[in-house]
Amino acid sequence: MPAHSLSFDPDDRYHAFLTTCSRAEHGNGPLKGIAVAVKDNISTKGIETTCASRILKGYIPPYDAHVVSLLKAAGAAVVGKTNMDEFGMGTTTENSAFGPTLNPCDTLRVPGGSSGGSAAAVAGGMVKMALGTDTGGSIRCPAAFCGITGLKPTYGRVSRFGLIAYSNSLEQIGPMGKTVSDVATLMGIIAGHDRRDSTSQARPFSHTLKADVKGLRIGIPGEYFGPGVDPEIASVVRRAIGRLEELGAVTVPCSIPSMQYALAAYYVTCTSEASSNLARFDGVRYGPAPDTKKAWHEAFQEVRREGFGPEVRRRIMLGTFALSSGYYGKYYAKAQIARQNVKADFARILAGVDVIAGPTMPSIAFTFGEKSDPLSMYLADILTVPANLAGIPAISVPCGKVRGMPVGLQIMGKHFEDERVMDVAYAYEQAVS
Amino acid sequence: MVTEHEVQHIAELADVGINKDELETFTHQFNAILDYFDTLDLVKGEQAANDELFNVMREDETETPLTQEEVLRNAPATEDGFIKAPRVM
Repeated sequence: MPAHSLSFDPDDRYHAFLTTCSRAEHGNGPLKGIAVAVKDNISTKGIETTCASRILKGYIPPYDAHVVSLLKAAGAAVVGKTNMDEFGMGTTTENSAFGPTLNPCDTLRVPGGSSGGSAAAVAGGMVKMALGTDTGGSIRCPAAFCGITGLKPTYGRVSRFGLIAYSNSLEQIGPMGKTVSDVATLMGIIAGHDRRDSTSQARPFSHTLKADVKGLRIGIPGEYFGPGVDPEIASVVRRAIGRLEELGAVTVPCSIPSMQYALAAYYVTCTSEASSNLARFDGVRYGPAPDTKKAWHEAFQEVRREGFGPEVRRRIMLGTFALSSGYYGKYYAKAQIARQNVKADFARILAGVDVIAGPTMPSIAFTFGEKSDPLSMYLADILTVPANLAGIPAISVPCGKVRGMPVGLQIMGKHFEDERVMDVAYAYEQAVS
Repeated sequence: MVTEHEVQHIAELADVGINKDELETFTHQFNAILDYFDTLDLVKGEQAANDELFNVMREDETETPLTQEEVLRNAPATEDGFIKAPRVM
């Protein structure tokens, strides 16, 4: 039973939260009394969980996600639910049905997405750590844009039970914090097997960070520094990698040829999975009431047209199209081969190096409205989606600034070597702080 | 190229509904995205090898489920312990 409570009344000038708990109960444990924010697509018993969508307004989960049970068991105070792009679909948090989150580093710019609220809550000093989810960069992008640290764990390292699914084969829940230590602490609480998620593995995280990169081999893919990447970002990230070299790491040039179609493979896969996952939102078991006097499809369409924002409807339609007979072979089947090629490229490179490093994002945080065209927003995910397609761990750690805005250094590693990518990030962080 | 008519058809298949005034923009965006997806034509082969997937089975044991009250709490319309839905026929 919770023995204590924490009062939480933040000055949420960045609109990081959708729901706050003014008195958050908590017990004892390694996170005793520490305020932790949880992204609003992660189920919290008794606390409204909307995925930043009108279709889930008022939905109160009757159970906790596995990660939330683990947080509570560790004594953490779950103080609120953070803003996001609706159902995780976006790179800016502008797709929230309840208004965008502002970037604490420059309120005229987006915090990144889709875990923009979690990043802003940490960067704005409202919480020490937060949970996000990462389907194609949704933890790493806002971490990079807001100047904090965020880890996308290896696929299967963290249970997805209670995460409201968008694209099951790609997404993972992961930790976000100001420092690599905070991220490691939170990862230690949430990682491990859960029988309710059959893709979760018995790989708990219990690791003491080591700031030692002597002799470490770092692969540097040319594609991460090529066309489409802001040259100033490329140069800041190269300097950061140079710092790791000064600490004794060795860099090795490499190439990921499958990058040429990785982004297309990602968007075909995630929209296809979304078209199936989001079929459950019909307003019948939860959500706004459909007109029960109308015929099923008419009532269903009405609820979903009103309840989903345009990007969610666009992705459901794209996925429906990609899976439809006549187009399945051209889109979905090809995307799955492409995904295996991405995985094979990483396996080949990581057989010769310990980690791969590059920028997290090809640009600094956008100004509001800058990415109003959907395709131009999708293109911003080019450097983060490969790790999701391959299922490997990837961390973003702050590594400097361009035009006053934070830049993220991304470290990717072998499956289940989350410890190693965190050690490399930690070594960099310790060297520059 | 997909036409406005096809986009409307997909919207109906996906049950997301579409307003007349959205159709032109949606079709335009759809075509730009599909053009980009054409980079997948570079991928060789027709079907991904299926050698890494395996089933994870467990014993079919009964557990304590949510109560009826908990299950119905979020439903917008209920009657006699059932959830009310639009008519199917």
